[in-house]
Amino acid sequence: MRLEPIADPGLGRTLGFPAAALAATLAFAMALAMAAGADPLVVLGLMIKGAAGSKFALLETLNRATPLIFTGLAVAVAFRAKLWNIGAEAQLYAGAIIAVLLGTGAVALPWPLLLPLSALAAAVAGSLVLLGPATLKLRFGVDEVVTTLLFNFIMLLFVSYLLEGPMKDPAGMGWPKSQRLIADARLPRIADGLRLHWGFLLALIAAAGVWIVQTRTTLGYEMRAVGLNPTAARFAGLPVGRIMIKTALLSGGLAALAGWSEVAGLKGSLTLDLSPGFGYTGIIVAMLALLNPLGVVVSALFVAGVFVGADSMSRAIGVPTYIADALLAASLLFMVLALLLARVRVRRG
Amino acid sequence: MGGQAQARAVLRLSGITKRFGSLVANDAITFDLHEGEVIALLGENGAGKTTLMNILFGHYSADEGSVKLFGAPLPPGNPRAALAAGVGMVHQHFTLADNLTVTENITLGTEPLWRMGRSRAAARKRVEDLSRDFGLAVHPDARVGNLSVGERQRVEILKALYRDARILILDEPTAVLTPQEADDLFATLKKAVARGMSVIFISHKLHEVMAISSRVLVLRHGKLVGEVRTADTDKHQLATMMVGAEVAELEVRPHAPGPVLLALKGVSTPARGNVTGLRNVTLDLRAGQITGLAGVSGNGQAALAALIGGLELPDKGEMTLDGASVEGWSPRQAVDAGVARIPEDRHTTGTVADFTLTENAILESYGDAKFSRKGWMDWRAAEGFAQDIIARYDVRCPGPATRIRLLSGGNMQKLILGRVLERGPKIILANQPVRGLDIGAVTYVHQRLLQARDESAAVLLISEDLDEVMALSDVIHVISEGRLSPGFARGAMTPAQLGVWMAGHGFERSDHAA
Repeated sequence: MRLEPIADPGLGRTLGFPAAALAATLAFAMALAMAAGADPLVVLGLMIKGAAGSKFALLETLNRATPLIFTGLAVAVAFRAKLWNIGAEAQLYAGAIIAVLLGTGAVALPWPLLLPLSALAAAVAGSLVLLGPATLKLRFGVDEVVTTLLFNFIMLLFVSYLLEGPMKDPAGMGWPKSQRLIADARLPRIADGLRLHWGFLLALIAAAGVWIVQTRTTLGYEMRAVGLNPTAARFAGLPVGRIMIKTALLSGGLAALAGWSEVAGLKGSLTLDLSPGFGYTGIIVAMLALLNPLGVVVSALFVAGVFVGADSMSRAIGVPTYIADALLAASLLFMVLALLLARVRVRRG
Repeated sequence: MGGQAQARAVLRLSGITKRFGSLVANDAITFDLHEGEVIALLGENGAGKTTLMNILFGHYSADEGSVKLFGAPLPPGNPRAALAAGVGMVHQHFTLADNLTVTENITLGTEPLWRMGRSRAAARKRVEDLSRDFGLAVHPDARVGNLSVGERQRVEILKALYRDARILILDEPTAVLTPQEADDLFATLKKAVARGMSVIFISHKLHEVMAISSRVLVLRHGKLVGEVRTADTDKHQLATMMVGAEVAELEVRPHAPGPVLLALKGVSTPARGNVTGLRNVTLDLRAGQITGLAGVSGNGQAALAALIGGLELPDKGEMTLDGASVEGWSPRQAVDAGVARIPEDRHTTGTVADFTLTENAILESYGDAKFSRKGWMDWRAAEGFAQDIIARYDVRCPGPATRIRLLSGGNMQKLILGRVLERGPKIILANQPVRGLDIGAVTYVHQRLLQARDESAAVLLISEDLDEVMALSDVIHVISEGRLSPGFARGAMTPAQLGVWMAGHGFERSDHAA
């Protein structure tokens, strides 16, 4: 069996195969539900209802999508330049730490000053976290997959230390959690009575911003060139190292905003379970979106919907919520396969 | 070799058709190969020569048609069957293990591993006999990693002979040889043919085809467009058949050289992996002059290109631009200093395959105020620039928004030419500028280089094709093992004399002089 690349796959292939992947994912989900002893149509109905069936459900999905848009953008930006940032989780916690550091009364500023300052500081902290691995890669050729991945664990232990020590809430009855943010440091809700904070809009703005950077700016052109062909980029005289560093700064900053907005917008304090793997899920989000920043919004909504829907369904009929993880993994695998098949023809002999 | 018409057919291809998607690589090809003859398979790049040989050797299976070897049908898609039936193939890229000896390489795969020890002495003897009988001078115990390219090719041929091949397929065998080595190869082939071997010789070099073959088959766009007896044809007719149109002869008018624009004085560069470094190289590139660099591939051409292209700095010695010593040196600085660089590999180094023509056109100049202001791209200006190149350099494409991977090699090269020549360069580094291009594109590139020379650019033409170097260059240097010969004026040397230098002779004296 051989794979022959198709020079110019038509619209039918480019859309048809991903659609087939979606259908295959759906079929897989139904099979899983049947294996769990439930009626697949009921499970599917409950999941859709739980993700988007009511105002509350929809807002819950949007809230859940917010950090995923940020981490998805972080991964999309980095992967586009072939910087394999697996450490969005660490950068996310860096942003969360800053939100607590500046938001618990240490800095007394009105919210129009405090929020931008704290967001900026969070982004810088996330950038710095990724700067180390990026520098090691450029200077010594250290594989950034390994360094960024391992940094996630270092960061989690560091947060654990902070929450047991210097950042521990004295009024927390011994729980490892930080003090609550003061009102001026909290992201307000978009509308009164709606459980949706400004973080979601910021995430949308960030997605649009990244899209503009990639398509309209010189830096975006450079990042795409380096990602698609570093040899040609270097030969043509592009400052490949500097571009990689800028990419790392942008990616780390975006991931940090995920943690910052979770603390400032949703949770109000930092705990060790702030992120149920948003950094890692960001990789799925970015890959499903084909690294397109606007696609990241769509795929983050899809992934968030699957999680929220599965939670709600699980509460209703007791099918384990792990179905969400299996479903996302399957959707990614089907999608990757579909994208490959859209570009090649399988031939025998 | 007069009685070939009566000789029996050892190989018969009938109606071979092979499609890749919508591309018909081989279109109903039928021909016979007779015992004891050399047929030349002539065609431009992409004409379908290699595909056809891969079908014959079992790497591909044909969509239609059949192959008969010695009267028996060959099962499709099975290289072992082809080997067993007596087909030997010498590829352009050798398939040898560097860490094994010549004998080990030759016997590898012919005998079970556990028996190799016992039969080693016999095998070695047989390799020795074959190499003596056929004039393939190579030591049976030499490690392949230490052999020259020409010697490795002999090992490949010995490998085929050892397996009792009766049909030998040679894919562009002279591309890596000096003229003398090519003559030796032809002598070997004549000996083999005299013993009943049949040879298919794939080439696009007309004088070789004329020298070695008894029949010529011409392929064009996958079709067999001509079959002539070599004795009844000439180079001009073959070229016309190959291209499908009259081929214009390149006209080179003499041109007075100007001042030295770039000079190397006793420059050495480090060897990097498989890349030979430069050794004490002295070279002047003059305005209005094409300096040709002849040599067998892998003798330091890549190092010289890297040096002038900004990717490498001299270890020792001095490089001067317009008389001033070059201090900092990078691709960016080379571009800014007016060096136009046409890289050896247009697919991986010259272009970003998934970028559009527009994005590729500005790869070296995207930072210019014309295209980028305060960090924002002016895509309209960039597209206008790409459109200018498309029009002026005759790039055939659907439009500037096309991804460049969809273009043919010739059109890709024209875009690169436009990209670098539109900057009005003072120095042009053309590294294998026409490799893999069809004749129309070759002529176009050559004319552009000559035009740039006439407009006072200093051109360095690096090529492994000696004919190309001799046709275009005003001055020729030969490079061998990182050393550079003195410059020879146009017409001062015959190919054979240059071949002596290419083989590494004559350098000692000039080393002393420097």
